[in-house]
Amino acid sequence: MPSEEPPSSDEPPSGGLSATHVLEFPGGYTRTTGPVIGRFLTELRDRRIVGVRTAGGDVLVPPLEYDPATGESVTGEYVEVGPAGTVQAWAWVGTPRKGHPLDRPFAWATIKLDGADTALVHVVDAGNPKAMRPGLRVRPRWKADPVGHITDIECFLPEVTRMVSPVRAEYRVTPGRALTRFLEGVRDGVLIGGRCAACDKVYVPYRLSCPSCGSVIEEEVQVADTGTITTFAINNLPDPRAPQVPFVSAYVLLDRSDTPMIALVGDVPAHEVRQGMRVRAVWVPPEERTMAMTNIKWFAPTGEPDVDLSEHVSSGFEGSDLDGSQPEGEA
Amino acid sequence: MREVMREVAVVAFAQTVHTGHDTGLIEPELLLPVINEVREQSGLRRFGFTCSGSCDYLAGAPFSFVSALDVLGAWPPISESHVEMDAAFALYEAWVRLQHGDVDSALVYGFGKSSQGDLRELMTLQLDPYYLAPLGLDQVSFAALQATACGADRAALDEIVRRSRADGRNNPYALDLPDPSGDGFEVEPLKPYDVAPITDGAAAVVLAAGDLARELVERPAWITGIAHRIEPHYLGIRDLARSASAADAARAAGVGKGPVEVAELHAQFSHEELILREALGLAEDTVVNPSGGPLAANPVMATGLIRVGEAARRVLDGSAGRAVAHATSGPCLQHNLVAVLEGSTP
Repeated sequence: MPSEEPPSSDEPPSGGLSATHVLEFPGGYTRTTGPVIGRFLTELRDRRIVGVRTAGGDVLVPPLEYDPATGESVTGEYVEVGPAGTVQAWAWVGTPRKGHPLDRPFAWATIKLDGADTALVHVVDAGNPKAMRPGLRVRPRWKADPVGHITDIECFLPEVTRMVSPVRAEYRVTPGRALTRFLEGVRDGVLIGGRCAACDKVYVPYRLSCPSCGSVIEEEVQVADTGTITTFAINNLPDPRAPQVPFVSAYVLLDRSDTPMIALVGDVPAHEVRQGMRVRAVWVPPEERTMAMTNIKWFAPTGEPDVDLSEHVSSGFEGSDLDGSQPEGEA
Repeated sequence: MREVMREVAVVAFAQTVHTGHDTGLIEPELLLPVINEVREQSGLRRFGFTCSGSCDYLAGAPFSFVSALDVLGAWPPISESHVEMDAAFALYEAWVRLQHGDVDSALVYGFGKSSQGDLRELMTLQLDPYYLAPLGLDQVSFAALQATACGADRAALDEIVRRSRADGRNNPYALDLPDPSGDGFEVEPLKPYDVAPITDGAAAVVLAAGDLARELVERPAWITGIAHRIEPHYLGIRDLARSASAADAARAAGVGKGPVEVAELHAQFSHEELILREALGLAEDTVVNPSGGPLAANPVMATGLIRVGEAARRVLDGSAGRAVAHATSGPCLQHNLVAVLEGSTP
């Protein structure tokens, strides 16, 4: 019962006198079942669920001796139903009590077994209230040794509607010529782009052809490891490459380049990251560097004044517009 | 049918100051002041008929109603009966007894101390022993099934509890409970505050017929209609979203024959009020449970009788012309009694 109002303790019952009093039939009270309920329980012992047909044709599950609608005796026709059924209403027990059938959270439910016209009240071991809904399909889990009792059905379980299929394939991949060249630069602590002579644009990472005009790129350009955040996202799902959650991934337009590169942003609270913020690559120490982007832990704010991006959006982030007065990177 | 019925009215009503804990009084000790109060209100010392409602399982002792007789002074012998149900159903028996015409007054009372045991699990013992009780289906759990079935809206439930508790705080006989709060479920979808509080208490009503009622009080609360209906027990064969038996009882009692100013409903869970409002066909402007109702005080076995008493009190004191009382028994509103109380007879 609700526990929010604790009993007052300033008025002890009967001047403090109280005693425990137990009302019990040791071993339980023996009841005869009659033929109808007896048939149902006998079938349960054999792991079958039966209903009884009324004169009107309905199948009552569990069977009753009389039709609740008319008061007439039911027919002698027993009909096997289920074992699957559909949940109608449910209630979730988050904290099971001593008298409850399961010692973990579970649902009470009214379950219309297939072939029945009435619902059975029983237990659904669904693990989680989010798994419960009207219309949920369930099937019984039987006790190991049925004896002819409503609890021979331990509980119902949701029908299988999904399964886990393992997927794993192994490959050997190579970065290709352009990315290899870029990663050589990363190993040496520099960022290499490629200039398209036709478009007069610098692409980072370095590439062999221009994605705009298709020209062969012949000129390598060393761009700065400083840049400006053009846009960013705050990520709340963990990623093995990120330092913590939430983390920020951003487009960084490196000085002297024309295309932003995606990178992590660190050393700054996520909510302080903004468009136009100036950042610089944080490199791992030279002795730890390999041919991998992990050489750059992330980009951190430089503390310089923000860049007004609005002027550059229409001009396509011309490298020359942004990099003129900025300090050089360590390259 | 109505024309041949004998006029019967509530002429007195008393209840204990209900408590959420055991004050150390045994049941007859709870009852004694209440019986004395209705004797004073009515001016009657002895009654043509006496009927009580109580439940032995609350105390875990057989024939608990017998010891209550000591409070009445049953010598010389009195004509007495008892129902193992809420005392509202004892009131029905007394009303039927008064129809015989040979006696003119009846005393009805109910009492219960839910604090002594685990009410939630004791109510499992009222369930069918083959299919339901062995599952360990407790009272809050079967109520929660009904709350889901009727699709109760959380905001509506919260408002019912808030209103009931606020009214209860203004009722000197009900518990002082705070505005509802808290996110946890008792049994989802019911929160702890959707459940009527554990309460100890007692109540008594005096019925009088015809001219005796007019002699005893200025404005008797005439029972112009009373009926009860029951539906099948097993929850899986009922439409739990609505109460067909409450609707039938309301029709038989004539609830819809006039405006209902006040309705006292035996709703022990907030969603039951929604089901009962619909079943009784109550209008928006009917004031429901101005006493706070069972959500503010639930002395089991007296709670339903208190609904009759609270409705009658408003007719007796002239603040309402036509009021309705409802009482229930069994799991998920299985059995429902509805009475109409009016300041004048038709």
